[in-house]
Amino acid sequence: MKRRPIRPEPLIFERNPARARRPGFRLPSVDVPAVDPRTVLPPNLLRTDEPGCPDVSEMEVVQHFHRLSQLNYAVDEGLYPLGSCTMKYNPRLNEETARLQGFTSAHPLQPAAQVQGALRLIWELERALEAITGMAGVTLQPAAGAHGELAGILMIRKALEARGDVREEVLVPDSAHGTNPATAAFAGYRAVEVPSGDDGTVDMAALEELMTDRVAAVMLTVPNTLGLFEPRIVDIARLVHDRGGLIYMDGANLNAFAGRALPGLMGADAMHINLHKTFSTPHGGGGPGAGPVVVSKALVPHLPVPRVVRNGDIFTLVQDDPASIGPMRGFFGSFLILVRALTYIWSLGADGLREMSEVAVLYANLVRHRLAGAYHLPYDGPSLHEVVFDDTRQTRHDVHNTDIAKRLLDYGFHPPTMSFPLIVHGALMIEPAESVAPEEVEAFCNAMLAIAREAEESPDLVRSAPHDTPVSRVDEVRAARKLKVRWTPEDE
Amino acid sequence: MHPWIGAGDDDRRRILSEIGLGSTDDLFSAIPPAVCVDRVPLANGLDEQAVRLELVAMALANLSPDCRPSFLGAGVYRHVQPSVIDAVLSRAEFFTSYTPYQPEIAQGTLQAIYEFQTLICQLTGMEVANASLYDGATALIEAVLFAHRVRRGKAQRVVLAETVHPMYRRVVRTYADPAGLEVLMVPAGGDGRVDPTTLRAAAGDESACCIAVQSPNFLGIVEDLPAVANVAHAAGALAVQVVAEAASFGLLAGGGAFGFDVVCGEAQSFGIPSGFGGPHLGFFACRNKDVRQMPGRLVGETVDSRGDRAYCLTLSTREQHIRRAKATSNICTNQGLMALAATVWLETVGGHGLRDLAAACLARSEDLKRRIEAAAGPWRLAFPTSPTFNELLITGPGEGAELARRLADLGVLAGVPSRTWGGSWPDGLLVAVTERTTTSEVEALMDGLGRVS
Repeated sequence: MKRRPIRPEPLIFERNPARARRPGFRLPSVDVPAVDPRTVLPPNLLRTDEPGCPDVSEMEVVQHFHRLSQLNYAVDEGLYPLGSCTMKYNPRLNEETARLQGFTSAHPLQPAAQVQGALRLIWELERALEAITGMAGVTLQPAAGAHGELAGILMIRKALEARGDVREEVLVPDSAHGTNPATAAFAGYRAVEVPSGDDGTVDMAALEELMTDRVAAVMLTVPNTLGLFEPRIVDIARLVHDRGGLIYMDGANLNAFAGRALPGLMGADAMHINLHKTFSTPHGGGGPGAGPVVVSKALVPHLPVPRVVRNGDIFTLVQDDPASIGPMRGFFGSFLILVRALTYIWSLGADGLREMSEVAVLYANLVRHRLAGAYHLPYDGPSLHEVVFDDTRQTRHDVHNTDIAKRLLDYGFHPPTMSFPLIVHGALMIEPAESVAPEEVEAFCNAMLAIAREAEESPDLVRSAPHDTPVSRVDEVRAARKLKVRWTPEDE
Repeated sequence: MHPWIGAGDDDRRRILSEIGLGSTDDLFSAIPPAVCVDRVPLANGLDEQAVRLELVAMALANLSPDCRPSFLGAGVYRHVQPSVIDAVLSRAEFFTSYTPYQPEIAQGTLQAIYEFQTLICQLTGMEVANASLYDGATALIEAVLFAHRVRRGKAQRVVLAETVHPMYRRVVRTYADPAGLEVLMVPAGGDGRVDPTTLRAAAGDESACCIAVQSPNFLGIVEDLPAVANVAHAAGALAVQVVAEAASFGLLAGGGAFGFDVVCGEAQSFGIPSGFGGPHLGFFACRNKDVRQMPGRLVGETVDSRGDRAYCLTLSTREQHIRRAKATSNICTNQGLMALAATVWLETVGGHGLRDLAAACLARSEDLKRRIEAAAGPWRLAFPTSPTFNELLITGPGEGAELARRLADLGVLAGVPSRTWGGSWPDGLLVAVTERTTTSEVEALMDGLGRVS
């Protein structure tokens, strides 16, 4: 449990208020003549103020960030059951390999002959992701899942254009993550919602009607954000393909079936993989992630450049290809994240991946089993890696999902996801992931059960939570109304 | 069972029995058998030492620029790397946490981002900065799309100076074409800078949503920012500055001082390893009046229920999880840990330190210019009278790519071939120096240039 600090940590700008010159970092000594910037640069372009922050000593910086770190919850502290986020253990071996000097110091514009190790790593990870998904090709370039979605939809757009087939719409189920419609819009398509059926999966009749020759692609999350597998996935793909469309699969939930089922067999044409979910790279307080996209044969020609090509034992780069959608970002992707993902995949292997998805699904079902008596389950199909409850039973006592979430903080757990799926009002979307011991999952369940009791017996206690955190409930409405997003000297 | 998985065989049997299932297969009964496999075509898992050895072998197969005189830049620079940075980034409280959706248990991440936003505002001279973007190239395309929104979708033209990093320009094209934007490129002038009059002509009247320039530009040369801002505004377009070498902020004022509407770019220079190209750190800063069109995450100050200062994510109504198809960007996250690295770096180096660091870059660069001008042989400064910060284009006896290879064979990473992505400028080497460059490295470079003549 996180406690309120005895001394609040000031902003770095509030330290050293007298603006005393203090020894900061010692720069390398300069053994060339100093240059007056005004003699070689246009004087009107020079900075007149002091750049950046006050001078502080090295230990002040270390203390500052040590104290700040104490205010954070983290995977290493306890269960972090954010649904669709797959907050699993970040193996320390990953951190070690990603810090190897041969990787960290490699410059992306060195001649290819000097970076054969880096190019081989990219090539190996590409082959591994193809093997895990049963797909024909892959790009490791996208910086995150949403970025991968955009790459995938742009490839679909390019493939359709190449066959002279211009289309305007992308179908997105109403249970989809918000990035799906946003991505469709950014790729120049109109996002059209497909309603879910009563069981929470795609309504086939509705899809049949919406799937016209205006539709470029259908974006599906498998399993969907309710943790339910689309039982008619093969039929859906056939329908879409028959009508000239392509299937975009949101791979955010790959942890549910990795090592057991193949998107290639499901009929996917493009699917992003969040390396920071399924393949254990750290979430880093919100990035950097990585969102490689695996593709079917139809999309291989349109993969982004640059691409790594293997000729015998030599790896080279292809910079240009008119069929490509072009580069999605600078260079080859979040390379040091790719190092971590390959470390993980080679450590687990085909056998370990099966165990991984097995325990992930097992834990979600344990949570479902333990909490089903206390929380309402809006869709009761078989759960895979996550289970979605709602707050119907608690709202009778005027306790809402956000209150339950805040009360969980007092019990020392991170809350579940609540912002989606939008089709569940008051959602509590729980994904335990496979890393923790069973006792940790059980302790979380016990906390949830205790809160359900509190909601009946002492709802005020829940509504006013959290009580034992570094700050009490934060006024998010005020933050938006009285926007203050930086410190200024006038604050002093 | 693999040690990174929490439950052993006994645990699994017990839990299966508790939830009333007979076997593991029952857990997956919802997945149609037609899409299932018994195993994926991948080797079985390796032990820790075996994996370590494989990865070490791959790392050793790269020639580290740390062990050679290196003058590679072109958007990725080798600056000082205080040990404090990785010490902070290695704290699990930072690197194993997620996006700070629950502010009560994420004040550490939130306050660090708030400090990052403040630092970016101070450096760029802008009023508001977001919590970061993927990298410099994607920051530029976000700036273009932002300008399109600010102009309410009425101006489809995007004017880019050719002296913007060619890789960034390519990324802009990837996004701009499907969005229906028309990208016009204005070639570099004879002095390696873009001519504001030509920019003005390309922008037309009220037709362009933005004019974007990079300064220092791809050729290392400082552009005439006040003139660019003036012509952009005269054309009814937003003025966008993109920066690929953020260390230049130590000496050069950001575009905010000259009326720019967006200053964005790449902040890899602030404590982030080159890492074969990523992850790096995009930044984005704009004016208060346009904040609701800004892409990406934003942290704001507020109070908790006891009235004490606290921070949280704010203006999320711009974002995809609320706005869905109408979001300002499809970006779902920021580059959190990299923003933390830059924050720690800037706070460690300090304000005076950043100025001294930039002054050292400039002094080293001017020293190199003098040496090249003084040397006998075919090597020349391509733009001898244009003002530069820490990077310069030199030409020699042949094409840049070939020269780079020959110098690499002599053990010197002499620079990035200037026409790696094409360009109207001379074909030579872009040579970058920093405060880490030593005189002996410069001597090795000059010696190498002398031998390739």
